[in-house]
Amino acid sequence: MFPKGTKRKFSDPVEEPASSGDQGPAAPPAAARTLSSSYSLQRQSLLDMSLIKLQLCHMLVEPNLCRSVLIANTVRQIQEEMTQDGTWQIMTQALAAAQCPADRLVATEVLCRQTETGAQPGQSPKPFPVVGLEEGYHSEEVVMEGEVETEVTMSPQLSTNSYLAGPFGMGPCWDEEDDDGDCEEEEEEEEDSEECMSEGDDADRDHLSADSRTGDQVFGTFEIKHPAPPPDPALEELFSDVDPSYYDLDTVLTGMQSTPKMGPYDLLESLSSHTPTALSSSSSCRSDLNELDHIMEIIVGS
Amino acid sequence: MKCFSRYLPYLFRPPSTILSSTCHTEADIISTVEFNSTGELLATGDKGGRVVVFQREQESKSQPHRRGEYNVYSTFQSHEPEFDYLKSLEIEEKINKIKWLPQQNAAYFLLSTNDKTVKLWKISERDKRPEGYNLKDEDGRIRDPSTITSLRVPVLQPMDLMVEATARRIFSNAHTYHINSISVNSDLQTFISTDDLRVNLWNLEITDRSFNIVDIKPANMEELTEVITSAEFHPQQCHTFAYSSSKGSIRLCDMRLAALCDKHCKYFEEPEDPATRSFFSEIISSISDVKFSHNGRYLMTRDYLTVKVWDLQMENKPVETYQVHDYLRGKLCSLYENDCIFDKFECVWNGSDSVIMTGSYNNFFRMFDRNTKRDVTLEASRENSKPRAILKPRKVCVGGKRRKDEISVDSLDFSKKILHTTWHPHENIIAVAATNNLYIFQDKVN
Repeated sequence: MFPKGTKRKFSDPVEEPASSGDQGPAAPPAAARTLSSSYSLQRQSLLDMSLIKLQLCHMLVEPNLCRSVLIANTVRQIQEEMTQDGTWQIMTQALAAAQCPADRLVATEVLCRQTETGAQPGQSPKPFPVVGLEEGYHSEEVVMEGEVETEVTMSPQLSTNSYLAGPFGMGPCWDEEDDDGDCEEEEEEEEDSEECMSEGDDADRDHLSADSRTGDQVFGTFEIKHPAPPPDPALEELFSDVDPSYYDLDTVLTGMQSTPKMGPYDLLESLSSHTPTALSSSSSCRSDLNELDHIMEIIVGS
Repeated sequence: MKCFSRYLPYLFRPPSTILSSTCHTEADIISTVEFNSTGELLATGDKGGRVVVFQREQESKSQPHRRGEYNVYSTFQSHEPEFDYLKSLEIEEKINKIKWLPQQNAAYFLLSTNDKTVKLWKISERDKRPEGYNLKDEDGRIRDPSTITSLRVPVLQPMDLMVEATARRIFSNAHTYHINSISVNSDLQTFISTDDLRVNLWNLEITDRSFNIVDIKPANMEELTEVITSAEFHPQQCHTFAYSSSKGSIRLCDMRLAALCDKHCKYFEEPEDPATRSFFSEIISSISDVKFSHNGRYLMTRDYLTVKVWDLQMENKPVETYQVHDYLRGKLCSLYENDCIFDKFECVWNGSDSVIMTGSYNNFFRMFDRNTKRDVTLEASRENSKPRAILKPRKVCVGGKRRKDEISVDSLDFSKKILHTTWHPHENIIAVAATNNLYIFQDKVN
């Protein structure tokens, strides 16, 4: 049952915790950038895993509220600790800096798409069924066409329950629990010291080809809250694959607007997690990548 | 610990299962087991919404070695899958809990529940039928009145025993969230049903009204950080009940104090040990089951790694803590990854409250003797349990040299989990559900 056989560059802090406990070294002092890299790697991995778990809710049956609450609490805990460390701010700022307006247009285009339900790109997305709301539900039909900037606006009446439905339309693509074939493939990008690169299929990488780097930057935040400081190239490298909206806990917890915030590529690209469960490349993902290629060509005008 | 070492394994499978245990259908997974108050009947519920009731054979002098084996008594479909059109979601038919009512007449009554609806079932026997009607013949066809020339009184004739189950009450539309437990009050007139955020009180006779007695739903769902995981009535005090939470606390409430029991009478929580704090501390402290002892003086709680016994008079810490599978403490991240950390294990008391039992992985289950402080790990598996063979204690080795019969932590099968167990109210008979197989073990007669 343990994800064996997953290759690691470092000694796996997830699988081989320190004898004192699962968290590795004790929580370092808040001011320190002296976090051991294994601890922060582990923490990052846990955060990614938790966010995926929150988003991957079964479409058909109401998800388990207890489980969702426990995972959300774990994410909050990590976020609080990272905020204290200052790591959280750095991450979101670095990602903010990496965005440029033109890319956001594509991002919205792509993110409109419901991967499994076959909605055409550019169509107004259907509102997702939301569970357990009693206050009433305003369907967030965010029209993406022609908008340069999409805002993550929450209806004030959307309750947390809606996140439990988590219906991104990505479900079946990512539900395969036992697919670690793809995860065996390690990314070769050595400049990434924090092993943020996901273990996507090499074939998927090929589809993106030269656009992979641009592709990474495309799926960024909707709205950048913090003014972008001059980007630190080292940090930018570190976090280039991470999608900041993905870490916006409030967004995750307070429910989704009806469109998926991230396409499957986001998970592929931005994960630093080693979770096998999230990274299956089904044929539908592949076809979506082809479509992405097509869109990229149009946008870039090549 | 004489009683633990002498158990006769007796293997049962629900009759509808035609596949071997290695490739079973989802619907056959047993989701709850419960003895009735005399131990004569044993009910199991499964994921397919079926209830199977076993009855203990009367002991006969001619066959003393067949000491009260359990045979299938009744099988019925309790719940069907439903569809909530408003939310576009399926409602699973899986039976979450079964609770028996004490027997008051010839029929047996039990409550069974899925995520949304509680049903009261009457199980009754029919071994006679009336024959000799005037207006209809034996096939049931109506007779032409002009052909009737004489009258007779219908007579009850014996027939083959038929056990029929009928739904007598359906308690529905009271739960927005998933029901996780039901508990019958000692007054035998009311019961509670509990979901993630609310506890509702019902009268067994009234299905269209239910009273909400606990509501922990925050005004703003974004602030939700804690859910109710289980609730149970006190076995003797009809005004007292307890409910456990996902944060590892138990609240005891008195219904006489207020209509809405938001203020607890007692609050049981053990302060966290800072030395073992990790990101998973909260998750593993979440209580999956709470059970009052039969004598009503203690509470037992099960969290992911331990079983704790609480004295109702002492709220700040449990009086006893038992490690179920502490060797998993170093594997929590992997168990979080594969979702096993969210498994909800149950726990049970024996009839005299001297022994407690709970399940683990690899089809292991554990027993703890509260008096001698000794514990044992046993396995419910077909290979290791021939009928009438004594169960051998198992051991998990945590590192270093593995002895011959030991199993290492990494070899444990986490798909084989024993979540549901029950203990006969008076005797040393236990029923253990291992996925789709039911094992019944008895203490050996000397």
